[in-house]
Amino acid sequence: MTDINTEWQPKIITFLCTWCSYAGADLAGVSRYQYPPNIRVIKVPCSGRMSPNLILNALKGGADGVLVSGCHPGDCHYISGNYFARRRFGLLGNLLEFIGLEKDRVQFTWVSAAEGEQFADVISQVTESVRKLGPATRLVKNIPAEINVERACANE
Amino acid sequence: MNKIGEHIRQRAAELLESREIDAFIGFRQGSLPMTTQHYVARSAAEAQNLVWNSFCVLNPTNILPSLLKSFEPPRRPGDPLPDDLPKVGIAVTGCWSRNLAIQFQENQASRKRVIAIGLPCTGMSDRRQILAQTGEMVTEVSETAEDLYFTGGTVASLKRTEILRPNCASCVHPQPVARIMTEVIEGDCINNDAAGRFAEVEEIEAKDSDGRWDWFSSEFSACIRCYSCRNACPLCYCPTCFVDDAKPQWVGKGLNSSDTSIFHILRAYHCAGRCTDCGSCEAACPMGLRLRLLTKKLDKDVVDMFDSEAGVEPFKPLPLSTYSQADPQPFIVQPSHSKGEDS
Repeated sequence: MTDINTEWQPKIITFLCTWCSYAGADLAGVSRYQYPPNIRVIKVPCSGRMSPNLILNALKGGADGVLVSGCHPGDCHYISGNYFARRRFGLLGNLLEFIGLEKDRVQFTWVSAAEGEQFADVISQVTESVRKLGPATRLVKNIPAEINVERACANE
Repeated sequence: MNKIGEHIRQRAAELLESREIDAFIGFRQGSLPMTTQHYVARSAAEAQNLVWNSFCVLNPTNILPSLLKSFEPPRRPGDPLPDDLPKVGIAVTGCWSRNLAIQFQENQASRKRVIAIGLPCTGMSDRRQILAQTGEMVTEVSETAEDLYFTGGTVASLKRTEILRPNCASCVHPQPVARIMTEVIEGDCINNDAAGRFAEVEEIEAKDSDGRWDWFSSEFSACIRCYSCRNACPLCYCPTCFVDDAKPQWVGKGLNSSDTSIFHILRAYHCAGRCTDCGSCEAACPMGLRLRLLTKKLDKDVVDMFDSEAGVEPFKPLPLSTYSQADPQPFIVQPSHSKGEDS
């Protein structure tokens, strides 16, 4: 277990669809499942509402990771929103990897309203993979001074 | 080339003379050697200014939607358009014809109002590559089917195949989309091997993450954010572009590298599944950025993942406006105990 007071903690912006994943996160809470406190949840109406603008804006603002979660394919409240989103995510993820963003900075998953345990598990996995990458620097607009100093020391 | 130019002038003059069309979109000679500009001919006499050479690099379908709108009478929202609006003629090669197909699909142009003349394309020449070899002092250029001849340069002639634009050198659909053409001029087309079409992209994909980031940051660091790439693109027709949004402001106005990077990522992403690799963005870029590499990467993924190519099948929905239940999703994070069960 990492010491929350001394060690660097990643900030992960998490976009959850209101019908499945947000309810899944709620269930994880009421069921008392433990998961890392590194996520910041933003509720969106549907994963199909996710525009790449939102993901890139989070990265620009200094998010160490971005997670987007929607209903499982076939379960979308709006019938097909997550199918459209899946096509967009596939292309965006590949493009961000192509320009050299670390692979695990932006992640996608499906969590249903009944999957509280799975939600906690996914958040643990994502947090650990982002923690391994360290603080985000690529695409970040204003890199905090202490991270810049750390990078300079690491390069020397 | 000269034969095609003659044919375009003659057909445009005939169509304009007979009042079948009110305007014809083509090219006229630019103010510098090896440049051309968009030209709208509105009479048979003006049609004589049209040219066709290997420097017609800007995509003419870019100005089609606004030209069509200029003929529409002012009307209230929801009022139907009159049926007898003037038609517009346009001469298109393979990639441009696919842009036309996309404009029809996206309701940016009405098929009933466009007379499309398909041209055979042997690829356009890269002005920057030529200037690098001949020097800046070229005053005149003439061309045959195989060679370009220069006056005033340090080199007297170059083979056209050696100075093709990279997008033309990797083009596999030089033939106009026959189903949306009104008429087609027959002739020889460039014939590339489909196997190597994504070689430029694969070269970058082969690098590791740090290498790709170094490439991306250095390639786009020269960008001056003039938005020429966006303005030259026939896919970018939104009245308010995301770069002009102020609340929220997706990209800052300055030359911050983060803003510039995000502009280029989003610009390319907006062309996903729609870009025909016409090279207009690169031709318009004053800094010579290889903007196409991003859109080409998206093209490659769209072909790999959704088996779709922009405009090749003009009546099929665009890849991002449709879906299949069997779409690949290897990128989805799975909870650890169900790994491998779910596809």
